[in-house]
Amino acid sequence: MKNRVVLYFSAAQSERPIIYQLIKNTDLIVNILKADINPQKEGYLVVELEGEKDCYEAGIKFLKNLGVIVEPLSQTVVWHDELCIQCGACASFCPTQALAIERDSMIVSFDNSRCVVCGMCLDCCPTLAIKLHFEVKEAV
Amino acid sequence: MTYKKSYEEINEKIRRGEAVVVTAEEVIDVVAEKGYAQAAKEIDVVTTGTFGPMCSSGVFINFGHAKPRIRMQKVWLNGVEAYGGIAAVDAYIGAAQVAENDPENKVYPGRFMYGGGHVIHDLVAGKEIRLEAISYGTDCYPNKSVDTVITLADVNEAFMFNPRNAYQNYNCAVNLGDKTIYTYMGVLKPKMGNAAYSTSGQLSPLFNDPHYRTTGIGTRIFLGGGIGYVAWNGTQHHPNVQRGENGVPMVTAGTLSLIGDLKQMDPNWLVGLSYLGYGPTLAVGVGIPIPILDEEMLRYTAVEDKDIFLPVVDYHQGYPYGNHTDLGFVSFRDLKSGRVNIQGKEVVTTPQSSYPRARQIAAILKAWIQAEKFELTQPVASLPGADSPIDFKSLPDRQPNGVISMIRNRR
Repeated sequence: MKNRVVLYFSAAQSERPIIYQLIKNTDLIVNILKADINPQKEGYLVVELEGEKDCYEAGIKFLKNLGVIVEPLSQTVVWHDELCIQCGACASFCPTQALAIERDSMIVSFDNSRCVVCGMCLDCCPTLAIKLHFEVKEAV
Repeated sequence: MTYKKSYEEINEKIRRGEAVVVTAEEVIDVVAEKGYAQAAKEIDVVTTGTFGPMCSSGVFINFGHAKPRIRMQKVWLNGVEAYGGIAAVDAYIGAAQVAENDPENKVYPGRFMYGGGHVIHDLVAGKEIRLEAISYGTDCYPNKSVDTVITLADVNEAFMFNPRNAYQNYNCAVNLGDKTIYTYMGVLKPKMGNAAYSTSGQLSPLFNDPHYRTTGIGTRIFLGGGIGYVAWNGTQHHPNVQRGENGVPMVTAGTLSLIGDLKQMDPNWLVGLSYLGYGPTLAVGVGIPIPILDEEMLRYTAVEDKDIFLPVVDYHQGYPYGNHTDLGFVSFRDLKSGRVNIQGKEVVTTPQSSYPRARQIAAILKAWIQAEKFELTQPVASLPGADSPIDFKSLPDRQPNGVISMIRNRR
């Protein structure tokens, strides 16, 4: 199985080689998508964990036992209107018409409530006006 | 009845603030209401516009001399190489230049986050740009390297000089293969999963002047938010192609080489682009005014999306390898609707050129003319027309051995 989660670290935890141990102990494939650590050494990691179901569960248990807070990842697509040049390329890739063209004016708009965060639009925007935003809480 | 106006008569009306100016969209409605003859009599100027990726674009810059002086042999702007093989502190930054340590397509498809087009955008936006240059040192130019920061305001001259813009018609790109491909026409889904196009149709400059009657060398235009000029025909100008009854080419045809002062342009109309798996480029805004000299010109400018056809080209085997499959033509009206029918299959369309921005350019140019800020120019020479015997040449495939020894002997 494969899942994306956000791991919140305290200062004490962030000094330990947790990811090394996670990989070594559970044989999970760990892909770090985003990481941040603040001056107080608290931080988070957005990771994709891939492996057998029991390995995955063992991995999550291992992290929780260390006191790492594990939360499901909530991602959103953010459309930066100020970078958009209204070419409309994204709309033809959007499966839910969250990004859509009003055909009379040919103007592109984004309806966040329809977006399923498939990420198709990220590849086809030449001005990189569409970005993936990871919802992360203040570090704990 | 034939009604004729001269450039001077039209400019006189512009100066008096009496010129009747409409966009290439608005003219269609005027014709529908009043007919060609009356519309030709009333309308003085029709404005056009286009805003899309135009790789064959770039900027000549003179940086000013360093102390001690350097004969810049290699030049980089924000890590993107500019061509330095001209005089000491002149260089040309091309829109499609890839940044020096870009991973390119090593991790396919490459992202090309920053390149020449982005440098040009940042320059126009007044941002600070790192300038690095190296040289071997001469008696007159002893300096061997500079590493400094410049802005557009610091340089002596910066003028945009684009070898090929405003293509008159362009391919509608599809992918007949069974894998997604990443092209300069954007992402093309397998098995004709989408059809990409890049033109502003009825607003596009050369669709409104299909025989280059009023667009020629010296024509004053909107370029990148400032005033520019047509310098020459563009590269790959190939006007003698199949055309419809309205004179509109059915395949890629005329092109324009454009020039203008970068210092009075606007970053809103020169935007750096990153094409996944292909490379960086620049979206350029171009608008050309068309004087309605007579009814013939009015008829040209009244061209509608439904009268414009684009050839469908396969970018899996056809374009890259020349193994073409005849896929026919699609109308711009259908492309703009979001779906076209190609070979009996309904295909979703992917625009690359911004129609709303093209419309804005035509409106801005109209406002400039109405505000008496912009007068029309008669071309000082015409571009090669549809009857000129221009071949569209390909690169010859020859063995260089003989030429190599010739070069060696010259040394």
